[in-house]
Amino acid sequence: MSTARAAVAAVVDPEIRVITIDELGILRAVDEDPATGRVTVTITPTYTGCPAMDVIRADIRRALAAAGHPDAEVRTVHAPAWSTDWISERGRAKLAEAGIAPPPPAASGGVVPLTLAVRCPRCGSPETEQISRFGSTACKALWRCRDCAEPFDHLKAL
Amino acid sequence: MSARSEPVLRAPQSRTKTSPVSASGPFEFTLALGDDALVAAQRLAEWTSRAPEMEEDVALSNIALDQLGAARLLLTYAGELEGAGRDEDALAYLRDDREFRNCLLVELPNGDFAVTMAKLFFLAAYQLPLYTALAGCGDEQLAAIGGKARKESAYHLDHAALWVRRLGDGTGESHRRMQAAVDGTWPYVHELFAADPAAPVDPATLRADFDATVTTVLAEATLTRPESGWAPAGGRDGVHTEHLSYLLAEMQVLHRAHPGARW
Repeated sequence: MSTARAAVAAVVDPEIRVITIDELGILRAVDEDPATGRVTVTITPTYTGCPAMDVIRADIRRALAAAGHPDAEVRTVHAPAWSTDWISERGRAKLAEAGIAPPPPAASGGVVPLTLAVRCPRCGSPETEQISRFGSTACKALWRCRDCAEPFDHLKAL
Repeated sequence: MSARSEPVLRAPQSRTKTSPVSASGPFEFTLALGDDALVAAQRLAEWTSRAPEMEEDVALSNIALDQLGAARLLLTYAGELEGAGRDEDALAYLRDDREFRNCLLVELPNGDFAVTMAKLFFLAAYQLPLYTALAGCGDEQLAAIGGKARKESAYHLDHAALWVRRLGDGTGESHRRMQAAVDGTWPYVHELFAADPAAPVDPATLRADFDATVTTVLAEATLTRPESGWAPAGGRDGVHTEHLSYLLAEMQVLHRAHPGARW
């Protein structure tokens, strides 16, 4: 892995600070021009209105500058649209460890979504209930465990 | 047709029967969609800190944020299509009411919670097939925006339909209010589907999908689908209700008073 790629991949999501933008699946490409050294980073938002995008762009530029790549451009693309299916296994494990229930597989268009039990990230119980369909960020819903009574965030399938 | 008892929903001017088919190039079309999302976002955000319960406060603010996100993409692209150097901020903050192309539905006041949900339900039932069709259209940028926004729209529709069912099939009072909200907003849905064969997606082709969704959900909600009659329009031509002017005044005042101001 190039130093540029490694530096960008290590940038953490500003709103869910336990996971990197690479693990979240929003980092699409890191291209380095061998002649000029210019780095072009391509990212995609989780949600169209995600307010973290400006911070992420600034963090990427800062990380690249610190790694010796001051000449950088951050591009934003919207197709193909981000899906929670792009969150890596490692990313899912980190979310669960931080008390955020990872998303189930996203339903593809036309298919009736199958509702799977959301397991409590604290005690592992499947006896959970949704408190609020929306949460502290665009990508989360609020749930509660009926066994251990702990409320927790759940990343919505998208 | 049931009486339109909500005074706030009365259009101050009605158009003549012949609604002119605007020659909608990609710019006008994209601008109209961006304005729909922007004005809807502004209206929904009015609920922030004053929704009937905490969870709904978070929900409406989140949906407003999604609408704003779509608006930013659409207006940015509209500015590129126009080629006159206007960016998303110039289009959002520096146009007067007559230059806005949003449908009347989104600019109507929020009313009570039932009116807000009726408006959101009809908007989402229109935006979902619209964005889905856009995702497959020939314009690469619009296709990307559609592919992204339709996922969020599906969630909005789900949420609004849940409330329409819950209120419609709830208590006598909630049923009465939900039916009044549906009756009061229904005339404004027709404008959304005015035929425009030249547009990247002809809105008329979305009507069947919309009708299927509405018929199903209203039946589940034990609500009566209103008869179609009075069909105010004009938003796509820049002829709006007076409500838009007040909304814009609040939305634009800071930018106009302090051009270029940044956080």
